[in-house]
Amino acid sequence: MNQLISKDSWQYREANRRAPSLPTLSTALIELAEAGHPVMAGTADLKYSNGLVAFAQRYPERFTQFGISEQNMVSAAAGMATTGAIPYVATFASFLALLCCEQIRMDAAYCKLPVRLIGHHTGISLGFYGTSHHATEDIAIMRSIANLAVVSTADGPALAAALKATVDYPLPIYFRIHRGHDPVVYENGVDFELGKAVVHGIGKDVTIIAAGYPVYGAKKAMEELNAAGHSVGLIDMHSIKPFDEEAIIEASARSKIILTVEEHNILGGLGGAVAEVLAEKGRGARLVRHGIRDEYSLIAPPTHLYRHYRLDADGIRSVVLEAI
Amino acid sequence: MSALRNPSGHHAMARNNAPLSEDQLERLRERARFVRLETIRLISIAKVGHYTSVFSCAEIFAALYYDVMQIRKGEPAWPDRDRFLMGKGHAAVGLFPILADLGFFDPSWLDTYTRLGSPLGDHPDMTKVPGIDFSSGSIGHALSNGIGMLLGARFQKRDFNAFVLLGDGEMQEGQVWEAALCASSHGLSNLIAIVDRNGYQLDGKVDDIITIEPLDEKWRAFGWEVHVVNGHDIHALTTLLREVKADKIRTKPCCIIAQTLKGKGIDYMETEPGWHLGYLGAEDEAAARETILNTVIAQ
Repeated sequence: MNQLISKDSWQYREANRRAPSLPTLSTALIELAEAGHPVMAGTADLKYSNGLVAFAQRYPERFTQFGISEQNMVSAAAGMATTGAIPYVATFASFLALLCCEQIRMDAAYCKLPVRLIGHHTGISLGFYGTSHHATEDIAIMRSIANLAVVSTADGPALAAALKATVDYPLPIYFRIHRGHDPVVYENGVDFELGKAVVHGIGKDVTIIAAGYPVYGAKKAMEELNAAGHSVGLIDMHSIKPFDEEAIIEASARSKIILTVEEHNILGGLGGAVAEVLAEKGRGARLVRHGIRDEYSLIAPPTHLYRHYRLDADGIRSVVLEAI
Repeated sequence: MSALRNPSGHHAMARNNAPLSEDQLERLRERARFVRLETIRLISIAKVGHYTSVFSCAEIFAALYYDVMQIRKGEPAWPDRDRFLMGKGHAAVGLFPILADLGFFDPSWLDTYTRLGSPLGDHPDMTKVPGIDFSSGSIGHALSNGIGMLLGARFQKRDFNAFVLLGDGEMQEGQVWEAALCASSHGLSNLIAIVDRNGYQLDGKVDDIITIEPLDEKWRAFGWEVHVVNGHDIHALTTLLREVKADKIRTKPCCIIAQTLKGKGIDYMETEPGWHLGYLGAEDEAAARETILNTVIAQ
């Protein structure tokens, strides 16, 4: 591979597929189609970025290339869903959740149609492509839309489980997925139930609640801190809506501190959602929110940004220690 | 709400390729009159509404639902029906009476128009109103929704048409043109857009606000077959709609620019753009009814 090719380019990804979430998208959709589900897929000029190229090759009659017209794509997906099809439309989360917010609300959610919205390259994962390509507001926006479920899976196996478990869900779902370089949390797979968090442990000192890509770093931080004598737990809150309030209430009774970790603005996102539950029903734990602090990200390669914003394992560990 | 009528299962009307008879034309004119009269009645419940937006497309509604579209009375969810979508959802008040008349829901629902908890509001809601093929209200989405229906049909090997009624002010929405490019690129020849070219939008004359001409050239440039017709000439309009529906050779989507008058049928509405949203008092209502009953709209 030519050293000049950026690790964020599709050419690089094509040549360096590991077990990331984006090829998983196509693989899972192909499996669903093979199992007889009327799935369709579409994208807005990003079939290499999101891996749907594989689905398009396998099922050309089920795939639509919309070109750079995201709003048209979302409205068309809603039209597809009225015919009994289950459309999965994918584009960068920044464009899907922000540019198409009104189409999602009016055509998918208000109309109660089983549209699957795949927002990929979430958070700051597009690094130096900058703020236009970052999605640090999408959870806040999407979770305020009635009838719309919001799912943020930690890795490829979790995404595959989520796509399959929700295929017959009658309402629309926004899937927030990463860029395809995701380190694997669930090597042996994981069961997915909408609205039911995966609890890796409740810590007496701290329970971390994370979703999406930061789950990997949070799990690593938890293991290191526990090995050093602290008591730290972790909840993978893959369903942002419906929300597993019980898991949060339980953790708030047993932990001194609840720490939310998200690759998103701390306003309105996972931290905001947890704060709402704790304010009404919490049982004692203090809340610390960690994420992007109401600002636009710096420019840098993704790994540098995760280090800078303390969203990698080392960063999350340091945030936990500060909280304790 | 009372239960739906039992479906009869019959097509809404006989279909053939013979020229429209005078009886058929009179029936369609009568149905357009019915749309206008019912619109006045329903708006008298809400005490404000879009009379003129309905009056410009009353003939289009009548031609589609009582002649051109493949539908079954009493079966609003028949999978092979032709679809009808409205970009100009604010004209739904004129469509609801037709849907009730076709047995899609109990006509008594009409009496609840806009009242607390009614399924019938100013804009149509597909989750509440049987026969509404897609909800509307935010201008610019409908053509895309229709594209999706036809892509879904293509994959599932179903054969129906999607008729999409667009406002001329709606031509200012960018999404319409995204959809126009998409439909021609994907060869959706069973997509038929009808632009209700009544010339006015909320703030005034369309072409004084943001000009949309030359409209026919725009659609052609976007890869569509284009026809221009007088939208109140029920004979010309229905004949054209029949022809474009029957054309199985066309590979392009089809756009019909229907030249209409906003408020057609009530002279003072035709000349006053302020009537986009309005309310006739009881006295004017009676006079308007009388005018509609005594006018034959020929073109």
